[in-house]
Amino acid sequence: MSKLTKKDVEHVAGLAKLPLSDKEIETYVRQLDEVVNYIGELNEVDTKNTEPTSQTTGLENVTRADELRPRQSLTDESALSGTEAVHNGYFKVEAILTERGDK
Amino acid sequence: MNLPLTIKETQAGLMGKKFKAAEIVREYLERIKKHDQGINAFLTISEEQAFEAAAKVDRLLENSGKDAFSQYPLLGVSLALKDLFLTKGIRTTAGSKVLESYVPAYSATVVTKLEKAGTILIGKTNCDAWAHGASGENSDFRPTKNPWQPEFVPGGSSSGSAAAIAANFSLIATGTDTGGSIRQPANFCGVVGLKPTYGAVSRYGIIAMASSLDSVGHFARTVNDARRVFEVTKGEDGLDSTVKNASPQKPKSSKLRIGIPREYFAQGLDKEVEKSVFTAAHVLEKEGVELVEVSLPHTKYAISVYYIVQPAEVSSNLGRYDGIRYGNGRNSFGAEAKRRIMLGSYVLSSGYYDAYYLKAMKVRSKIIQDFEQAFDNVDAILAPVSPTPPFALGEKADNPLQMYLADILTVAGNLAGIPGLAIPSGFTKKGLPLGFQLLGPRFSEETLFSLGERYQQSTDYQPKVAI
Repeated sequence: MSKLTKKDVEHVAGLAKLPLSDKEIETYVRQLDEVVNYIGELNEVDTKNTEPTSQTTGLENVTRADELRPRQSLTDESALSGTEAVHNGYFKVEAILTERGDK
Repeated sequence: MNLPLTIKETQAGLMGKKFKAAEIVREYLERIKKHDQGINAFLTISEEQAFEAAAKVDRLLENSGKDAFSQYPLLGVSLALKDLFLTKGIRTTAGSKVLESYVPAYSATVVTKLEKAGTILIGKTNCDAWAHGASGENSDFRPTKNPWQPEFVPGGSSSGSAAAIAANFSLIATGTDTGGSIRQPANFCGVVGLKPTYGAVSRYGIIAMASSLDSVGHFARTVNDARRVFEVTKGEDGLDSTVKNASPQKPKSSKLRIGIPREYFAQGLDKEVEKSVFTAAHVLEKEGVELVEVSLPHTKYAISVYYIVQPAEVSSNLGRYDGIRYGNGRNSFGAEAKRRIMLGSYVLSSGYYDAYYLKAMKVRSKIIQDFEQAFDNVDAILAPVSPTPPFALGEKADNPLQMYLADILTVAGNLAGIPGLAIPSGFTKKGLPLGFQLLGPRFSEETLFSLGERYQQSTDYQPKVAI
């Protein structure tokens, strides 16, 4: 297996939206490289004729009746109870769009 | 007062008016106040709710007497919940600073079921943040200590729940087991721990770690108590589509056969652990069980499969914590959560998915086939839980790979979705707990319980308390 680089770690941190310090990146390059090398041992297992397993229940496409379940729903008040950043009954979030510079 | 140590003793004492539920609660709370500063088993104590529930128990006994127990099978049983179980109106942190002030708007199915069965909630227990760890040291708040000897770890991730039972802060406690997080701390704290079949108990309202592996179970002091709690927690709730009401998997004949898996006694297994596990096996042999050697050849790959599948699912499940609707932002994650999010995102990222994730899912199938072949021949498997007795606090804290390898004897059970029961079997020369685990085919909990009960009866097991 190839060696994990600082660039790999920065790329992954970006994908996962994790703000990391330079020192953390340095530590994770070393620690993740060690783990990634270890798990590379799976290459020695012959899985040519093996199907992958994603879950073990044996159940498929479990559905329920398409009906309203009021007792299973939260009121507006309790749905909003976890934050103080509320406006007119909505969650308030940071702006994700910036104004166009060409106008 | 002398606190009762089992459900039977508790309910007999309540019936015979030896003590009231309110007195039991007062005694537990006093013990916690006196001893928990040195152990850190709890993150939140629900004193008010505990006294309210106790008053209800005392009222019910006053009004209906013995009949109250048929409607409330766990009436008067004190309960500690791993802080991963959502409790309406009571702070739930997952051991993480991200959720340090999160108060859920609803309760988990298991919490509601236990409440309706008559339990008394004492508090929420400490754990490795998001259930990531094998020592309790990854709690973002403070590390839990082993009540038997506080310089050793209690195991993880359900560290506080196991410690709470060993220290006699509660009669039963809940946990989650994704890679050994119930069985290993039960083993390190000298208590009984059940990891049910994947899909036997609803995960609704329990903070998800790795969704194809998470299993919801509990701790108690005897196998019989673990069985009584499972009777209440199991079964469909219509809110977790992986749960099914399966009929119990029965033994193949009246003479039970137990497999001893060669690979679980490989190099690196502590001598005292090995001896204790074989002694336990021979107790069951004397009870008329046949011991057979079995082989699970892909055991050595279980850790690698687990440390691909699990972080991949972790990275996805922890993606929802954005600090918008509740909780703090992503900069509040601790070091281990970040490490697993990173590892998971890496193995799922473009160009690596086939090499790691798909490959791991295929080797997972091989591990499952190993168990299926073994269970063609035996009714259960008996094995060590951890390669060593409890290790010292700080011993593995700086080396993630060493910490991951502590899961080597438990993760295969999660990958296969099968049940496991950890049972104490004595102490090391140094006075630290020893134990073993019974593994069975899916939905064979009944068989594991009866084997465990036979073991405890045959050894005349008397629960011990560390403090």
